Amino acid sequence: MLSEIEFRKTIVEMFKRATTTLPSDVVDAIKRSERLERNEIATAQFSCMLRNLKLAHKLSRPICQDTGIPIFFIELGSDLNLNFDLRQALSRALDEATLAVPLRRNLVDPLTRVESLEGQPIVHINLTKGDGLRIDLLIKGAGGENWSRLYMLKPTEGADAVKRVVLFTLAEAGGQPCPPTVVGIGIGGSADAACTLAKRALLRPLDVGNDDPELAELEAQIAEAANDLGIGPMGLGGSTTVLGVHILRAACHTASLPVAIDLQCWVARRATAKLTGGRLEVETP
Amino acid sequence: MTPRPIRRLKPPLDERSVRRLKVGDFVSITGRIFTARDKVYDMALQLFRGGKRMPLNMRGGVVYHCGPLARKIRGAWQVLSAGPTTSARLDRMQVEFVESTGVRALVGKGGVGEDVARELRRLGCVYLAFTGGAGVLAASAVERVEKVLWQKLGAAEALWVLYVRNFGPLVVAIDLHGGNLYLREGGGAKF
Repeated sequence: MLSEIEFRKTIVEMFKRATTTLPSDVVDAIKRSERLERNEIATAQFSCMLRNLKLAHKLSRPICQDTGIPIFFIELGSDLNLNFDLRQALSRALDEATLAVPLRRNLVDPLTRVESLEGQPIVHINLTKGDGLRIDLLIKGAGGENWSRLYMLKPTEGADAVKRVVLFTLAEAGGQPCPPTVVGIGIGGSADAACTLAKRALLRPLDVGNDDPELAELEAQIAEAANDLGIGPMGLGGSTTVLGVHILRAACHTASLPVAIDLQCWVARRATAKLTGGRLEVETP
Repeated sequence: MTPRPIRRLKPPLDERSVRRLKVGDFVSITGRIFTARDKVYDMALQLFRGGKRMPLNMRGGVVYHCGPLARKIRGAWQVLSAGPTTSARLDRMQVEFVESTGVRALVGKGGVGEDVARELRRLGCVYLAFTGGAGVLAASAVERVEKVLWQKLGAAEALWVLYVRNFGPLVVAIDLHGGNLYLREGGGAKF
């Protein structure tokens, strides 16, 4: 059986991996974007990004000083027996990772602005069949997170309105969310569910397509229009404003059309661990 | 395509040396810089409004919008990752801060609002962009930590006095001649 010590060790390893090394699909997308750029300022941005990734990996240091706010997505098998307190183990692991990686102490009380870990880390649990366990960790810097948006659109406005609010958000955000970004979009559900879908959409690797053909088409259209905005890497102008657009949907009330937008900076950090043969192991994405 | 030469800046800067800079120029900085973000700006404005001064002279200085990730090893600070933070978050305090401190260059990411950019021009302060997220690259230019003021604000929010060598490439993104790389003509016309 999975012990708490082993569980925490794996979580700390996830933090280390996510903050110091980008998944290969993200690195590939950055390299591809660099080749598309024609202007010297844009290529200089990409070259700094790639040099930084190498340095961070070599020195095993956080790619970005903003080690973000961690968000966990857990798929928990209904038949899985754990002999420890999952929530407490996650908070302890966050404490341990803060010292071990190290992470910047970003978490504060929203009003007093004094360091606080109340309600942290944020965990979304999905119950699944069987006795499996899959943990995804998403690291969100404030640059991208501050441009999260929720729109409660008119139900008959449809896909065109979705496109419009996403492009409006990207245009308004400009260079602030550290483009090229990965754009997570949640359509439907309720206000809260749409936001969670948008965030969960960021877990999908950039080299994996949407298996819903209608959403795949919408993703392609939004990505093309977004790159036509000319915002470019870091907002300094160029042809790459997004690395990808990822959409998830859920049914919603007949009188609602919730659309949530969640931007992830180019340092699109994530890590995954899966329980296999009684051991929780970090997968190299 | 030959890369544009990198102009070296050594603070403190006078008006002439920042007036020479044009948008799209690549520059690097060697010398002392000051980090400042939300809480330092807030503290500084409280001091100025109370008729007091900053605990150090920042005239002609370079302010870096950054909250570094650092650790103390045997009593000495080591900066691990120190990329720029979003400058526009400070916009409501930007003009008063620049005017009261007399700084000549802001280094950050994402730029500032159009109205703030206009005021920076009037005050003779340029805006230099460093690649957001490139924290280790930026930290590798930090030769030493000279001082950390206002540590009670928290390590990320404190005022760090850093000595940097060849910190760059920075791009002149807002100059004193009306140039602003963040303004896009016809941007968003498609929706």
